[in-house]
Amino acid sequence: MSQNIAPATAISPVPAIELDKVNKWYGQLHVLRDVSLTVGQQERVVVCGPSGSGKSTMIRCINRLESHQQGRIVVDGTELTDDTRALDTIRREVGMVFQSFNLFPHLTILENCTLAPIWVRKMPKAEAEELAMNYLTRVKIPEQARKYPGQLSGGQQQRVAIARALCMKPKIMLFDEPTSALDPEMIKEVLDTMIELAESGMTMVCVTHEMGFARQVADRVVFMDQGEIVEIGTPREMFENPQTDRLKLFLSQILRGH
Amino acid sequence: MSGTALSAIRPPAIVLGPWGWARANLFSSWWSTAVTLALGYLILRWSLDFVVWGVVNAVWTVPVNAQGKADATACYSAKGVGACWAVIADKYRFILFGRYPYDLQWRPAVCIALFIGLFVVSGLRAFWRKELALIWLVALTAIGILMWGGVLGLAYVPQDMWGGLPITLILSTFGLAFAFPLAVLVALGRRSTGLPAVKLLCVLYVELIRGVPLVSLLFMSSVMFPLFMPEGVNIDKLLRAQIAIILFAGAYLAEVVRAGLQALPKGQQEAADALGLTYWQKTGFIILPQALRVVIPPLVNTFIGFFKDTSLVLIIGIFDLLTAGKIAISEPTWQGFSTEVYIVLAAIYFAFCYAMSKYSHGLERTLDRARR
Repeated sequence: MSQNIAPATAISPVPAIELDKVNKWYGQLHVLRDVSLTVGQQERVVVCGPSGSGKSTMIRCINRLESHQQGRIVVDGTELTDDTRALDTIRREVGMVFQSFNLFPHLTILENCTLAPIWVRKMPKAEAEELAMNYLTRVKIPEQARKYPGQLSGGQQQRVAIARALCMKPKIMLFDEPTSALDPEMIKEVLDTMIELAESGMTMVCVTHEMGFARQVADRVVFMDQGEIVEIGTPREMFENPQTDRLKLFLSQILRGH
Repeated sequence: MSGTALSAIRPPAIVLGPWGWARANLFSSWWSTAVTLALGYLILRWSLDFVVWGVVNAVWTVPVNAQGKADATACYSAKGVGACWAVIADKYRFILFGRYPYDLQWRPAVCIALFIGLFVVSGLRAFWRKELALIWLVALTAIGILMWGGVLGLAYVPQDMWGGLPITLILSTFGLAFAFPLAVLVALGRRSTGLPAVKLLCVLYVELIRGVPLVSLLFMSSVMFPLFMPEGVNIDKLLRAQIAIILFAGAYLAEVVRAGLQALPKGQQEAADALGLTYWQKTGFIILPQALRVVIPPLVNTFIGFFKDTSLVLIIGIFDLLTAGKIAISEPTWQGFSTEVYIVLAAIYFAFCYAMSKYSHGLERTLDRARR
């Protein structure tokens, strides 16, 4: 299959994320097979593939919510190892948005956003709150700041989750199926927020099935299946001229679903 | 949908008020009516009997002779038909304070008030600030000074003279105040993945301590432990019992806390990790506040259990409330009036336990409301 993989084109000399022959197993199950991918600064990469293809596992390896067993992962010039200091550095620079939002239900929206800046970035409280209100305004829900996550709709919660991650001023944002748990009418508001973020020049790796979003913002699309990267290319190349049967099958399935 | 006005349909009418409630819950069928009537009759009869015994025919006071000895004749003649509350009137100071010197009993009385004040203050959310730790420190120091004396012109009272309610409050308050943080650490240790030695230690501690009865731990602390100590080193008996209670309560509470930790969705940990919070920040700000809130009911259940279990120190000769009551009725004058004393003891235990239970319900409600 390797002849189908387009060479990763580095946009900038120092890549934001570099995965080199990464392997991972769950027990006997080989979930990542020789995954190699380079994401340049300010590049937007969309990762798609059938469920169980390893796409979530791959992006969770980037901030070590999962650890890889073989290969090298370098994020923003720092290699991910067992060294906790390196990990702390990387987690400060990498924001993540989850499928199930994972807001802290016992804290208000504002507290959700200010907790990490205050304790990890050691920012004064007033400054952190100002920053949080700034980002909450950007995701268009400043009026909800004093409420608790349980009082918000799914779409609003996910926008708060994006704001919370942005409050750490990350260099890279990871999105793990951010719209999969949302009702159809709320998907758009979250995607709009993500499009705006993409336009601001944020480096983004996004696992999603939203092909419209991929077409609109992605510099490159990565297609994964059975733990390996099968094809990489621009959205146009991938959707209009898929090279492999596996991608053709996948595209026909998700297009039928839409 | 938006253009059409939907006609509102009212919910079906329900009969409200006590009569409606009674018809729905007590007299909904002939069978339920029969049970209601039968139980109603029994409850009414027993409460009437109790009122007749405990109030109408009760002996409230008995004459005291010149030597201060009570004359219980009136009680003996009323035995069987009326309660003898005179035993309480005569012995209440012994029951509450044990063998603490009679003239100095204002000191343990102040201690009881301090304990209750401490509980009330700790329960008020307005006091949930850093200063609360200081309040505890001051109050517990004051209690220590009052009980022991020997400073500030207070006469010294050795620990083996202490007794009654202060002992129960000391054992349970210190017991839970130390056991709870211990339990949290053990529960966290038992779930740690990075430190296998710590995990093993925590598992061993919980399983070993939980595997033996509290009675045997108390025996060990009072009989066996001194044998292992070097000569001349003598740790106070109360302190040894206290440590046994802390260790025992810690093991049980650790399992309750662990249940709360397990109930927490994994996503909460991951979100905290992804934000770059350290282990202790994550634990303190995200994990514990949520995990402990989930386990308030079983925590309070364990607290209540341990408050009463402190009475087991009776077997190693420490004078807690229950022991003091038991000794009070062993006096020849009052032999045969144990029922009255035990009712009062039960009422005291009940007052504390019910307060805890009520408070935990209130706490659950306020914490719930904060999120809606």
